[in-house]
Amino acid sequence: MLHIDTQGKVMLVSPSVEIDAHSAERLRSAIDAAFEKSACMYMVFDFSQVRFMDSSGIGMLIGRYKQAEKRGGALALANMGDEMNRLYTISGLAKIIKSFPTTQDALATFVGNPAQGGMKHANA
Amino acid sequence: MQTHNEGKNKTVLEMESRSCNVSLARVMVAAFIAPVDPDVMELSDIKTAVSEAVTNAIIHGYGEDEAHIVRMTLTLSGRLLTVEVTDNGIGITDIAGAREPLFTTLPELERSGLGFTVMESFMDTVDVISTPGVGTTVTMTKDIKSNGAEHGA
Repeated sequence: MLHIDTQGKVMLVSPSVEIDAHSAERLRSAIDAAFEKSACMYMVFDFSQVRFMDSSGIGMLIGRYKQAEKRGGALALANMGDEMNRLYTISGLAKIIKSFPTTQDALATFVGNPAQGGMKHANA
Repeated sequence: MQTHNEGKNKTVLEMESRSCNVSLARVMVAAFIAPVDPDVMELSDIKTAVSEAVTNAIIHGYGEDEAHIVRMTLTLSGRLLTVEVTDNGIGITDIAGAREPLFTTLPELERSGLGFTVMESFMDTVDVISTPGVGTTVTMTKDIKSNGAEHGA
């Protein structure tokens, strides 16, 4: 349901479930556990494998934004489809978290060149 | 299951108030409206609104107590979909407040307070009838306009 890579200060979070009240809670626990263990400040969410998200996902993202903010970091989102973009805009999330067409674009906002350096992998 | 030759159909789903059943409600509405060929955006809008209404019933109506029943009634009249979601939970004391964006009684659960905002944005009409201590019924309608130019899952 979730793949996590870390690269320096950036954690790449790739969920692969429909994000609703049921899954959001499990995602929250797994992401927070990984983030707390890491030295990361930033999270990039790759939505390429997410086919559905409701406002539970918005709540989950705002919560993770607050976690990153505590370390002086931020969040970026990538690969949101048209359906998810609508929710992203309507919810007002667009005002606090930026969205990018690709994961590479999102990672590039936090690291100079994401192609450099190896990623550490973890699955949940 | 589907008899749409008369342009009218109705089905009722009763589910235990478990969050895992929210996805079941989404699958159900998607299958129910398949005969009128919604496009990808209409399908996504309806599934999202249903997800919000059923989640509200489980989390707010029943406070995540899984021993209760949420009832979803789907009616299709021509291309007009009506979704009614009913719980017999605590009810809403401040309906106008609950419909305000970012209103939530459960910030510690990271609820965004956007459930009704999403329902109102994605459906044509949203009506809420609630009696404290008795329960809540949310009724939403949407006219499915497209003729399925693009199909979604």
